[in-house]
Amino acid sequence: MSQFFSDSIEFLPILLQGVRLTIIVTVGSLILSTVIGLVWAFMRVSGIRALSGTAVVIVNLIRGIPIIVQLFYIYFVLPDFGIALSALQAAIVGLGVAYSAYQAENFRAGIEAIDHGQVEAAQSIGMGWWLMMRRVILPQAVRIVLPPYGNTMIMMLKDSSQASIITVAELALQGKLIASSTFKNTEVFTLVALLYLTMSIPLILLVGALERRFGRK
Amino acid sequence: MTAMIELTDVHKSFGDHHVIRGFSASVARGEVVCLIGASGSGKSTILRCINGLESYERGCITVDGVTVDCTDRSIVTVRTHVSMVFQRFNLFPHRTALENVIEGPIYVKGESRAEAIDRGRALLARVGLADKEGAHPAQLSGGQQQRVAIARALAMQPRAILFDEPTSALDPEMVGEVLEVMRSVAEEGMTMLIVTHEMAFAREVADRVLFLDQGVILEQGPARSVLTAPTNPRTQDFLRRVLHPM
Ligand SMILES: Nc1ncnc2c1ncn2[C@@H]1O[C@H](COP(=O)(O)OP(=O)(O)OP(=O)(O)O)[C@@H](O)[C@H]1O
Ligand SMILES: [Mg+2]
Repeated sequence: MSQFFSDSIEFLPILLQGVRLTIIVTVGSLILSTVIGLVWAFMRVSGIRALSGTAVVIVNLIRGIPIIVQLFYIYFVLPDFGIALSALQAAIVGLGVAYSAYQAENFRAGIEAIDHGQVEAAQSIGMGWWLMMRRVILPQAVRIVLPPYGNTMIMMLKDSSQASIITVAELALQGKLIASSTFKNTEVFTLVALLYLTMSIPLILLVGALERRFGRK
Repeated sequence: MTAMIELTDVHKSFGDHHVIRGFSASVARGEVVCLIGASGSGKSTILRCINGLESYERGCITVDGVTVDCTDRSIVTVRTHVSMVFQRFNLFPHRTALENVIEGPIYVKGESRAEAIDRGRALLARVGLADKEGAHPAQLSGGQQQRVAIARALAMQPRAILFDEPTSALDPEMVGEVLEVMRSVAEEGMTMLIVTHEMAFAREVADRVLFLDQGVILEQGPARSVLTAPTNPRTQDFLRRVLHPM
């Protein structure tokens, strides 16, 4: 046990550098996926067939391709078209785009769950589409969307480890590097798992609180 | 007297279901008109066409001289000129009574917040809810919610208000308070087109009654004569069923 602690003290500084990158990738792709996901969702509910059809096609394409392949594409293929991103940028863009599909489905479900009478009331006082979204629909949809959104955050935290495949030295990759140079697999990967739990358990508790607060149907 | 709402030979279909089949009517400035008819005869559809919630295929609708065309930007003008009160209230549940009332004036008409709040408070007082301005819809009874909805409609300072069965979703003991508010709005000269099954109210408040059957007006005239001495057999049949349900 005391050996575990001294190993921990030795490895933690390096692993914490990995934690830093894990957080950057997670937060960056969370923001990006939220923004892009909102765009797909707005296209879906716009009532304009060309827009909603386009959104359906894009979302299904994204959903049908594994995240790893999307990361490869952005990191290895886009440079051939003159778009060269750093590994970190590619990871954020790749995970952001991949997750935008799930975000979009969640946002759309939330928007469509709002009673149609709300749309009519908003229109009948002369609100345009965007004003209605901002003042009437979205404030009500947020309560429906938040609990699943929290779950998406947890999944993204864990899936940020996929960035290791394109050389981003986030927590999982740092762990692997230390383990292969020290052969202390048990100690290192236990530490890595504990660090992930330290980040995910607060999120899990947050989702629980959101579900209690906004009630699950 | 010039017409505030004018409908000329309006047709409307849902798919191949021809719901409105040549509806013509006009509501004069300051006039109160009740639209009655059986379920499915197209009453709601007519109201929804007037403020552009629904499009129509043929004919023409104008409100205070502006043609109603829901594909055109002018529809926003029409909607600020015509308010609507719904059967199920459709208040914004995430906002308080006062916020519901001032939402349109501030965000659609661009009034200053202070001015909108002053007028909103006065309107809530007028519908008897001065003490409820901070309550959310879920904390109000059905009758109170519908009175807030009427205040919200009035807050737009509309030229006409459309009512779609405003008391049908209410418990019987709350019908009176809503009709009372509507009566006072009518007395102040508001132009009103009301879909209702409250025949006693129609007889007392309406200037004119239109009887709608399968998308056309079968009979119309002063409230008293249509409601007490209808000439069309279908009107007679309808009134018998409404006034003397089994
Ligand atoms: N959005 C819609 N899509 C298809 N059919 C519709 C739609 N809205 C109404 N209808 C049909 O149009 C007809 C007229 O409906 P409307 O709601 O205007 O009747 P109403 O006179 O208001 O009846 P009620 O007294 O039940 O409210 C009905 O047969 C109805 O089924
Ligand atoms: Mg109806």
